[in-house]
Amino acid sequence: MKKKIDWSKYGILAALIALIVFFSIVTDSFLTSVNIMNVLRQVAIIGMCSVGMTFVILTGGIDLSVGSVIGVSAVTAATLMGGGTHPVLACLAALVIGFVVGLINGALINELDMFPMIATLGMMTALRGVAYLVSGGKPVYGIPKSFLFLGQGYISYFPVPVIIMIIVFILGFIILNKTVFGRTVYGTGGNQEASRLSGVSVKKVKYQIYAIEGILAAAAGIILVSRVNSGQPAAGQSYEMDIITACVLGGVSINGGEGKITGVIVGVLIMGVLTNGMILLNVNEFWQWVVKGAVLILAVALDKISQKYKAKVKTV
Amino acid sequence: MNSTVLELKNIRKLYPGVVALDGVSMSFKKGEVHAIVGENGAGKSTFIKSITGAIEPTEGEIIFKGEFIAHNNPAKSLEMGICAVYQEFNLIPYLNVAENIFYGRYKTKGIFVDYESMYKETKEILDDLGVKIDPRTLVKDLTVGYQQIIEIAKSISRRAKVIIMDEPSAPLTNSELIYLFKIVAKLKERGCAIIYISHRLEEIFEICDKVTVFRDGKYIQTLSVAETNKEELITLMVNRDLGEQFPPKQLVKKDKVLEVKGLNTDVIKDIHFEAYEGEILGFAGLVGAGRTEIARAVFGADKINGGEILLNGKRLNIHSPKDAIASGIGLIPEDRKQHGALLHMSIQENTTYAHLSNFANKFGMIDFKKEIKAVNEYKEALKIKTPFISQKVKNLSGGNQQKVVLAKWLITDCKVLIFDEPTRGIDVGAKQEIYQLMIELAKQGKVIIMISSEMPELLGMSDRIIVMHEGRITGELYREDATQEKILSMASGGQEEVK
Repeated sequence: MKKKIDWSKYGILAALIALIVFFSIVTDSFLTSVNIMNVLRQVAIIGMCSVGMTFVILTGGIDLSVGSVIGVSAVTAATLMGGGTHPVLACLAALVIGFVVGLINGALINELDMFPMIATLGMMTALRGVAYLVSGGKPVYGIPKSFLFLGQGYISYFPVPVIIMIIVFILGFIILNKTVFGRTVYGTGGNQEASRLSGVSVKKVKYQIYAIEGILAAAAGIILVSRVNSGQPAAGQSYEMDIITACVLGGVSINGGEGKITGVIVGVLIMGVLTNGMILLNVNEFWQWVVKGAVLILAVALDKISQKYKAKVKTV
Repeated sequence: MNSTVLELKNIRKLYPGVVALDGVSMSFKKGEVHAIVGENGAGKSTFIKSITGAIEPTEGEIIFKGEFIAHNNPAKSLEMGICAVYQEFNLIPYLNVAENIFYGRYKTKGIFVDYESMYKETKEILDDLGVKIDPRTLVKDLTVGYQQIIEIAKSISRRAKVIIMDEPSAPLTNSELIYLFKIVAKLKERGCAIIYISHRLEEIFEICDKVTVFRDGKYIQTLSVAETNKEELITLMVNRDLGEQFPPKQLVKKDKVLEVKGLNTDVIKDIHFEAYEGEILGFAGLVGAGRTEIARAVFGADKINGGEILLNGKRLNIHSPKDAIASGIGLIPEDRKQHGALLHMSIQENTTYAHLSNFANKFGMIDFKKEIKAVNEYKEALKIKTPFISQKVKNLSGGNQQKVVLAKWLITDCKVLIFDEPTRGIDVGAKQEIYQLMIELAKQGKVIIMISSEMPELLGMSDRIIVMHEGRITGELYREDATQEKILSMASGGQEEVK
């Protein structure tokens, strides 16, 4: 029996290529090295967080609080730095906050048996409030010059945030595909009880993945501060939607247990190319929202249709 | 008089690369209970689905009451009076009995639902079946056995001419089973044609008139139940002589390995027992007697309120399955699909799942070469039928899925293995292999604890049988003294202590 190539896996890649070809034709500026670096830099924040989100969704959960963690982390780091704290310590403080938020999410879901969507929805709203409280509702300035390298610097041709994103993707790929922890993430998402009965500490896995996502979001917030040279209390607002969209576009099943980092990379790039291309075409921002939403629905719809088709062929 | 209700002529169903049904011709008569048997994958389900219109056969004719049915579909076959009672019920838990029976065709008075006449008619049907259930009871509050009766009542209210029962006995307790048989007899009297599918051959001899054997998508033979026996059916099903159904085994009583003292949970009370090296210890009892709960308590899956578990004389501190596995205890759960296998993952991933750290370095990086080698060894040893170990477990047959779950525990090298209903829903050939394997493990000196609701399996395999009733141990029997009657009497609460 020969293993058949499952073309549906490549549908999303085909969509990305189609988008690139389309924008290359209709605009002069899309396919230039400067613009490509732009696209990558724009997706760096979402890209990093999408790795953590992939872990979370693979276990059957979801984390709506990422955007707000970005905000809290940004204003915290900026406020501390503005007050004269050493940037390294300020960043560390922000990362600890992300870690703690992850643990709180984990505790609500594990110990109180709350639905991840509800627990993190509450955290999302509350933490956005915290971001505004910390900053007094205004952007926080006074970021030291030395700190700007993180968000604005280059290493050879590559912007630093892009390099960080690539490292996160590589680490995410290795952890998910090559380690015991990665295997238990897939197992827990697909069948929690069978995992528990195989000796997996399901609760521990959940604490870990929400903590990872919290730390990644905090790191994203820090990079954002460096990039815009200020701590914005609104930083990361509604990013959770882009992040989840990228994961789902990339083929991560909302039911958990199925999905690949490689797919998520493609999903992130689609979001980046689409946004960038529409900006180059001067598409009205309101229309951009419509298109992004439509893309998500279309992607899931195509997936569902292909599943139905496959199920029909397979039933014996 | 021609009493044939349903006739099928040369039904073929092709899937890409697979012939699921290969030219099956059969007929079903009024007032006859007709069993269909065959191993998993023999084509029984495809055949049933062709009759109910769930799938459309590639070729062939369906003739119902002398009329040729073109383009069958589920709504059409229901309309004609062909009803199926599946293993997974199609009931809605938060609706009551009458609402479920009339679901989709509520009786109405103007724009309002006419509950009065629905309740009345439901009561008539249930009374007629000799069941005392209030039509206003919510389905979720009924036992599985009663839920099945509601499914049957639904068919009756649709004036079914043909009722298909797919493994109806699988979820039932022994007393519920007797009830089911009574109802089947009643339906037969009324002239229903009943198509009865079951893995339990004993039942067929109890209630069926005819039995048809399927194998590899082909119709093999129809026999009159009165003129055949179990051995003949098995031979026809597997097309090979299975020899002795239970391999012989001799117990040499060795050291005490497992000792359970005064174990208590919310369900089980004051459980004491011990198990010896090389022993197969059976647990008998009705569904709900607490056998699974003992297994889960020993394995750390449920919270215990008191008691001790000792392994080789050492007291164990088990708070989770993880602790139990570390101590050398494994559990093959009753519900293979929900608790045993990770269906969405591959054979490879399943096999090493409980023991993965053994295939990884100290950073948690998996050594794939080592893993694949080990998995292939177990695949060969257990004869798991698959072209490649990256195959997802959900694509395997029940017997092969169970073997993968077994492989997971064998690879962890547990000292004590608890099998909870190890052969449920598995075909005869695979059953045989699993029995063989359990005996092999016992010979290696492992302790095998087997919970089973199948009497022949318990009697044939166990060196010793512990019988339970309502959360307590009510008796213990050695192989040579054990009989079905003694077990049943203890399982129904009769205090017949044989020590």
